[in-house]
Amino acid sequence: MTGDNRFIYMDNAATTPARKEVVEAMLPYMSENFGNPSSLYGIAKKSAEAVDNARAQVASAIGASPKEIYFTSGGTEADNWAIKGAAFANRDKGNHIITSQVEHHAVLHTTEWLEKQGFEVTYLPVDKYGMVSPEDVREAITDRTILVTIMMANNEIGTIMPIAEIGKIAREMGVLFHTDAVQAAGHIQVDVNELNIDMLSISGHKFRGPKGTGVLYIGKMAKIDPLMHGGAQERHRRAGTENVPGIVGIGKALELAVAEMDSESKRIAGLRDILIQKILEIPKTHLNGHPEMRLPNNVNVVFEYIEGESILLMLNRRAICASTGSACSSKSLDPSHVLMACGLPPEIIHGSLRLTIGHDTTEDDIDYVVENVRGVVQKLRNMSPLTPPELRE
Amino acid sequence: MYGEKVMDHFENPRNQGTIEDADGIGEVGNPQCGDIMKIYIKVSDDIIEDVKFQTFGCGAAIASSSMATEMIKGKPVKEAWDLSNKAVADALEGLPPQKLHCSVLAEEAIHKAINDYRTRNGLEPWEETGGHSHHSN
Repeated sequence: MTGDNRFIYMDNAATTPARKEVVEAMLPYMSENFGNPSSLYGIAKKSAEAVDNARAQVASAIGASPKEIYFTSGGTEADNWAIKGAAFANRDKGNHIITSQVEHHAVLHTTEWLEKQGFEVTYLPVDKYGMVSPEDVREAITDRTILVTIMMANNEIGTIMPIAEIGKIAREMGVLFHTDAVQAAGHIQVDVNELNIDMLSISGHKFRGPKGTGVLYIGKMAKIDPLMHGGAQERHRRAGTENVPGIVGIGKALELAVAEMDSESKRIAGLRDILIQKILEIPKTHLNGHPEMRLPNNVNVVFEYIEGESILLMLNRRAICASTGSACSSKSLDPSHVLMACGLPPEIIHGSLRLTIGHDTTEDDIDYVVENVRGVVQKLRNMSPLTPPELRE
Repeated sequence: MYGEKVMDHFENPRNQGTIEDADGIGEVGNPQCGDIMKIYIKVSDDIIEDVKFQTFGCGAAIASSSMATEMIKGKPVKEAWDLSNKAVADALEGLPPQKLHCSVLAEEAIHKAINDYRTRNGLEPWEETGGHSHHSN
């Protein structure tokens, strides 16, 4: 977008706008095709067929069978269901769960709650790039371990985890393996069989689908309890009348994202590399996350001597939407747990900036963002008592 | 989350910079907490003739520094000492609850600068009444 109304959205890891084809596919299921899929008459059958169609679309996108796809209200519900469901269904086998220190709060706050219910949880450390070591997973597994849950790609720093190796280890040791693929699905190749995944969480609005939609893939072998109790929907495993328009939307969005993935991911990764290279030309700036094993859309850097909330506010005034791991921008006033786990000291974390590229981002936008980031960083550095004299202007 | 007044002082900070031959300097906060405020004052005839600030921190910290320096410039030293964090926050037309400590930081930085000036001039430092130890080094 150009001109005076320029608005540059660089927070696509937070959410994305639903694409036109998705909205159009959803619309009839909010009005004329309003039937409840559980009912028996014609109009209800249309809804049931739409849900079946979406289930097939999602299954094919991740190499699963439609019978293994369960629709949820989002990534958070999928994570909660997988982890709590596996924990309670396998209580007779053990009470130990393995996860990592850099998971999304939908996982970490769930495992913390399970600790209060008597489960034991190991939070594996990560290296400086935010990567979990598969060997650490192997060593952490005991005869009491019932679940390993490690994210496919990190939402803050974009690091892609060695999921295939971790899945292989979990399978060999006979432990259920769940992965939160909320940032990965629709952006990088995901095949549940190749990766030895038993359960996988997806969120629709991260790949231009609607908010309030998600999927939990549950492999045939995985035994887990329901989270939602009630009606017989989703083959008795997830009660509640189906969000038919949402389900149609997530199915369509994932199908399109996977069909376009090769070209679109390459284009976005190209923009990412230009953005990283140009931003790192600013002195005393460092890249967070893995330099290569990285989501195509993720840029995360720290600028020394300045604070992230100020960066965001100034960028917002220049019509750029971004995100930070600084404590000052969070309601809790806690700095990013992900950057802490990567070994960054709090004073450096405060200066972090995440820019996540999307479908609408152009090369022109990248230039505009770089120019404004450079200006804002300099303005704030001129203000900061920490800035060394040679970096002042 | 911030009002227009805060955003104005954040984008166009008043009195930003340093004073080479300052009569008093006060620094509070620490980088782990995400904010450091440094206030420089120039005093003549018991009047704050000039004041400058440097701040590392969020929007509220920068706006509070700017507003506080504006409020004490040209004022008698005692009057500057009496500037409360509440007065700074009010002048900014309010701060979000989790950001009120930023205005406290401004009050503390001014107190430190004034006591630095008093000590340099052989005067007894005034006593802090508030207990905001969180931000003192």
